[in-house]
Order: sequence, then structure tokens, then C-alpha cells
Amino acid sequence: MIKVDHTVSLLNVRGISKSFAGVQALRGVDLDVRPGEVHCVLGQNGAGKSTLIKTLSGVHQPDAGEIVWMGETVTIPNPEAALDLGIATMYQELDVVDGLTVAENIFLGHEHATGGVLHVSRANRLARELMARLGHGDIPPGTEVGQLSAANKQIVSMARALSRDIRLIIMDEPSAVLDSEEVKNLFRVVRELTAQNIAVVYISHRLEEIRQIGDRISVIKDGRSTASSLPVADTPTKELIRLMTGRDVANVFPPPAPKDPDAPVVLDVLGLGLKGHFRDVSFSVRAGEIVGLAGLVGSGRSEILETIYGARKATSGRVSMAGVRLAPGSVRAAVNTGMGLSPEERKSQGLLLDEPVYKNITLSTFSRFARGGFLSEKGERAAAVSQIEALQMRPDDPDRSARTLSGGNQQKILLARWLVHGTRLLLLDEPTRGVDVGARAEIYGLIRRLAAAGTAIVVVSSEIEEVLGLSDRVLVIGDGEVLATEAAADIDEHGVLDLVMKGSAA
Amino acid sequence: MSQTTTSTMGRILGGSVGRNLGLVIALGLLVAVGAFTAGERFASIDNFLTIIRFASIIGVICIGMTFVITAGGIDLSVGSVMGLATVVASLASVQLAATQSSWLLMVLVALGVGVAAGFINGVVIAYGNVVAFMATLAMLVGARGLAELISGRRTQIVNNTGFLDFTRADIVGIPVLIWIFVLVAIGGWFLLNRTTFGRRTVAIGGNREASRLAGLKVKRHVVYLYVLSGLTSGIAAVMMLGRTTAGTSTHGTLYELDAIAAVVVGGTLLIGGRGTIVGTVLGVLIFSTLTNVFTQNNLDTSVQNVAKGIIIVVAVLLQQRFAKSGGRSS
Repeated sequence: MIKVDHTVSLLNVRGISKSFAGVQALRGVDLDVRPGEVHCVLGQNGAGKSTLIKTLSGVHQPDAGEIVWMGETVTIPNPEAALDLGIATMYQELDVVDGLTVAENIFLGHEHATGGVLHVSRANRLARELMARLGHGDIPPGTEVGQLSAANKQIVSMARALSRDIRLIIMDEPSAVLDSEEVKNLFRVVRELTAQNIAVVYISHRLEEIRQIGDRISVIKDGRSTASSLPVADTPTKELIRLMTGRDVANVFPPPAPKDPDAPVVLDVLGLGLKGHFRDVSFSVRAGEIVGLAGLVGSGRSEILETIYGARKATSGRVSMAGVRLAPGSVRAAVNTGMGLSPEERKSQGLLLDEPVYKNITLSTFSRFARGGFLSEKGERAAAVSQIEALQMRPDDPDRSARTLSGGNQQKILLARWLVHGTRLLLLDEPTRGVDVGARAEIYGLIRRLAAAGTAIVVVSSEIEEVLGLSDRVLVIGDGEVLATEAAADIDEHGVLDLVMKGSAA
Repeated sequence: MSQTTTSTMGRILGGSVGRNLGLVIALGLLVAVGAFTAGERFASIDNFLTIIRFASIIGVICIGMTFVITAGGIDLSVGSVMGLATVVASLASVQLAATQSSWLLMVLVALGVGVAAGFINGVVIAYGNVVAFMATLAMLVGARGLAELISGRRTQIVNNTGFLDFTRADIVGIPVLIWIFVLVAIGGWFLLNRTTFGRRTVAIGGNREASRLAGLKVKRHVVYLYVLSGLTSGIAAVMMLGRTTAGTSTHGTLYELDAIAAVVVGGTLLIGGRGTIVGTVLGVLIFSTLTNVFTQNNLDTSVQNVAKGIIIVVAVLLQQRFAKSGGRSS
């Protein structure tokens, strides 16, 4: 590859730390970017990639550490300052305005105008030039951006960056929304940018892409740099996965209880499909068994859970609980047969944040405590308090609003809700998202105890080690299909990643 | 931690006690102003009863509206549904049938019209997935038009003596209209605070998706809520027929705005999740006292409207402040 091998750094970040309300998102990240290189930043979900990007683009201010830009220490107080320095950011949720034209989007915020009157034709001409520079001169500058594909919206977003005097573009998982043909085109554009001596910081967790496009790699894990500026060509994949996951989880997961192979089947899923999301998913779960769904974001794992639960209406296949077939698309039917879901987005899908803890716990059961339609707050409170004690929730005040609890304790509210209900099958979507390490171990222990008591459990998590550590059996999901079903003991994280990447490469 | 103290402060100031206290103080101030400017004319038992009687019809509508808004909805059709109900219940044929059977028939017809309109609203909103604002706006326009068609834009006089005797009577010196308002308010308070129906209402307003995933029948409940709002419009229609002894398509014009204003000023969150019947009653009383004070001082209704507007803005500003200190975001 032809690269301008400048040894002088364009951007040098040293020891950046950042915490939010007591949560340490970054705890010492280093990054060194040279002009005209593609520098990949690798890390699992929650490793701190987004926070790092936002620190460089002026959205967040670091608590500690130093940012050196072209040899000078700088502070980046806001996104405008980042652009003035020459740092542009392309977020995953593209920041283009659908209702405006290509040209209007490109010059949004720095329009060419005299006395407030826009120079439309000049903007269009410049926009066409910029789009041509990115190899997309075929998109007319007057097109409304809402009509473009995600890939072309990315190009518009890049053109906007180029419309300023940019030396570095940060791309946050740009390939996540693209198909393989579009990814090839993206890479072509990236190479054109680097040929113009513009550096690219490329964020991704797709290793095979990094092999194709990257010059050097930095890895972060749990907010820390575990490796900086490794040459792509000389670093084996195994080493990257180790750096990314760091695997010392043996003591976090309690040992699994012995299983009864003749336990009755609680959940039976047969040929379940949801158009546009997943197809032909079949598996069953016995009482006391924990089954994990492993896969990347967008693989369809959450949709599978929600469809089993009836929150989405299956387009094919069927779901049975203890031999009774459930009506598709009916949460009510699922709940009545003893199913409970702890949803992925705790706050927006699970909790009444301003209501007291006890009312959150009894959200599925308050009518059971009521007599003739009249609530029994006493009965509800007593049931909630016994769960609060059993799950060791802190604080143990049933009247506090749910909002004031930590992520781990909010998660326990959802578990408590279904324990009061008396579920036979628990569907757990990301049970430890936003939960700190200590509380995680507690929640893992809790899930294990529930299983030991005979509850069937299905777990979905974007952390593969969590799925492997918790489950008895694992279904590997890729692009809406079950790629493999394995006993958790027979597969490791590399194996899962291998399967997933083969699946998505196909 | 300072966060804890502010949230405790916020809870006390922003809680139902603090907010209702604020409303009581506001009402007290209005009464003081009335007594000061209009003296005996204002500060008499008779005048106070007039104020409450004046508040009672819109007040009943506000109780239903409180439920709808608490659940995160809105009902713009309350006034015109009430108008339609007065027209249908006072049709010559209905009155004739009532004379031959019982005056209660007129009551049933009025309630039936309200319930039917509310049912249509609810089904269109819950199962047709039409935004409540648009669905009930359509009902506002449609019901008013229907009332005009049925009545031929004529005022229909109520001459059923049984009906008039009941609705215009006093019980222990207090007009029946006020008794109805009191009963509906107490019933509403119980329904909202002490029953599964009320809990579902608050839960759906607080987080619709969480309620659905917890297994609540969200859509069905939304229908019930608009039926309830229609029912209170029907009750208000009975009261209106009694007070004015006439049914007409113009009854209840702009009541939807007065009702929403009173409910929100009372402290029910417009985004849903928190509702207060006591606050709504106080909100209604504040507006009717305001009107009374202005009337007693022979001030123009235009001045009165300006004052109303200011009260609404101030109340909503206070509510936003509460929303911040109470930590309710997004």
C-alpha cells in the first residue's frame, strides 16, 4: 500500500480519563494518529469507544489527560472547536437532515450567503465538486437527502466534513448500516481521503474489515488502552481478540448447578420467524436450564426474545409454553402462561421511573392483590418488601422512586417483578447493561439461583463472555439465523466470534 | 450528598402536598382580592355557592379529562360531545318518551351519547393508532356538526317537569348540580388513587411500553379512558340541561380548552404519568372564582381572558420547574 509515512503525529492523546456521575467511562486512553493513515480503534460494546470519540469531537471534556493536535496541546470545548481544528466526526446515527438537499446538508451551519441570502447555485456547484472528490459526482446536489440510501448519506456526511478544512475524520462503525458492496465503496472513499493526506480514525469491531482498511490498531477495554498503534499487518487475530476481551471471568460466574436432563420442557420454539429480522429459529428450554443467545448487535437476538414474548408478532413458526401454543403477538398470553421479559432498554421499556419501587415491582401483579378492583397497597408493599430483602436491593426503601436507584438495583426491580408474578420462563435481554462489576456478580448469582429453583431462562447479551459464562447451552445468532447450537462448555469466545464473522462474511 | 437533599426538597415542593398547597394559596389570594374589591357581594354564602355551581359542569368534565391526560392522552371533544348529548336528550321524541315513562330516560340518553362518542374516540385512538389530538379534534368538529343537523340549530326547551325538578332542586340547601360535582370528584379520586383502573391509568401515562411489556391490556384501557371522558361529558350534559332548561348545539363551546387548562393548572402532567383529582378540583375553582371576581367588579371578559392566559402560562412554567426538580426527563 502506498502511504505517506509521516513520523510526526497529527493527533496524540495521552491518558484521557472521563467519568459520568461516578461511572468511570475512560480511565487512561492513549491514541496516536499520523497524517494520512487509517487508525482503527477496536473494543467491545461498552469499552469506551463512544466516549473517546465524543471527547475528541468536543462533546465531552476529559477529566484528565492531554490532547496534542499538530504538536500543540489543545482543549476542545465544543463540536464547533473540533471542526475549527480540523477534526470531523461521522456518527453512527448520521447527523444529516433528511428534509434538506445534499448541498444544503453539506453547508449546514456554514452556508454561503450574503446578508442572509443564500448563494444556491454556488453551493450546488461546490457540493457537486465535493461529491465528485468522493467518487459520487453522480448524486445531484439538489437531491433531498431523505431519498438517499444509508451509504450515500454517509458520503454526504463525509462531504460535509471535507467542505471544511479537515485533517482527521472519525468514523464510528460506518459499516454497521452497509451491505458488503457498499462497504467496498466506503473503503474506496476512505483510501481517496488518505491519499489526500487526511487521517481516518476507524471504529469497528469487525476484525476482517480492519484487516482490509487499517494501517495501525489501538485496542481499548473497560475504558483503558490495552494496546496502542499495533501494525495491522503483524498482529494476529487471536492476539486482538485477547486484547479486546481480556477474559478473566472465572470467578465472576458461579458454578452451574447440576442439571436434570429429564426436566420438563417449558418453552418450545419451532421455526419462528419475523420478516426482516430473523427466520427459522427453533429451540427448547427445560425447567432449570439457562439458554444463551450470542451474537452481535443487529443479529436479531433481541427481536427473537421479543417475538417469543409476543411483543412483536411472528410472521411464521410457533411458540409453546409447557405444550400450550401461544397466540402470536400477544404479550398477555405469554404473561398468563408464566413468561416474563426483562427488556433491553430498562428505562424506556421496563420502568415507571417516577413511581415508587414497590409499584414498579407489582406492575404485573397489582390486580392480583386488589379486591373487587380496589388496590391493596399493603399487600403490594409486603410482597415488594420481601423481594427487596431476598434480592438484597439497596436502598431497601420501597417508596423511593425507581429513577434514584443504580442500574443494578433497577435490574433487580425487573427480576423482582417476575418473581412476584411467579414465572416459569424468564427472558433476560442484556441483564447487566449499565450495571457495575460488583453488582453484575450478584445478578449472575441471582440468575443461577432462579434456574436452580426450576425457572427456565433465556439470556441475550452483547457480551459474549456473559452469555458463555451464564448459560448451559448457547445458540450463536448471525444475520437473523441460528448458526450453531453448542453446550456452553464446548465453545469459547473465539469460537463464537469465528462463527459470527464467517456468517456475516457469507 | 447534595443530590439527595435537592431531590428531597424537590419531592416536598413538587409533591402533591406542595402543589396543592400552592393552589390553595392561589385560591385564597383570589378570594381575598374578591372580598377586598367587591365586599359583601363577593363574600357571601350565596355567592360562594354560585361560584361552585358555576364550576360544577366544567368540573365534572375535568374529572374525566384528568384521567385521559394522566394516561398521556387528550380529549378535545368533551365540549361538543356535551352539546350533542344535550341536543339528543332534549329531542321532542325523547322528552315524549320520558314523559310516558320516567325522566331518567333523558339522563340515560345523555349518558349514552357521551359513552358512545367516547367509545368511538377510544377505538380510533387505541386500535386505529390515530393520535389522540387528531382523533378527538375530528370528534369535536363532527359531534358539533351532528348536533346542528339534529337540532336544525334550534334551541330545544326542556319541559319534562320530573327532570327539571330533580336537576334544579336543593338538597340540604345545596344545589343538586354541586352534589353531582362532589360525587363525581370523590368517585374520580377513588378511581384514580385506590383502584386497579387508576393504577393502570398512571402506569400507561408513565411508560406505555413498560406497561405493555408488563402484560397490561394497554389498548383496551385506552378505550375505557375515552369512554370515561365521554361519560363525564354526558353527566355534564344532564347538568347543563337542568341549569339552562334547554338543549342546543352551542352548549359547551370551547369547554375543551377550559377543561385542559384547569386540569393542567391543577398539576396533572400534560405528558402523562401523574394526575391529581384534588388539583383538578382546585384548578376549576380557581378559574370560576376568577370569573366571579371579575364579574362582581363589572370588568370586561376580555380582561378576564388575559388574566386566565397569564395563570395558565405561570402554572405551566411552575410545572416545568417541577418536572426538572422531580427529575422527570425525556
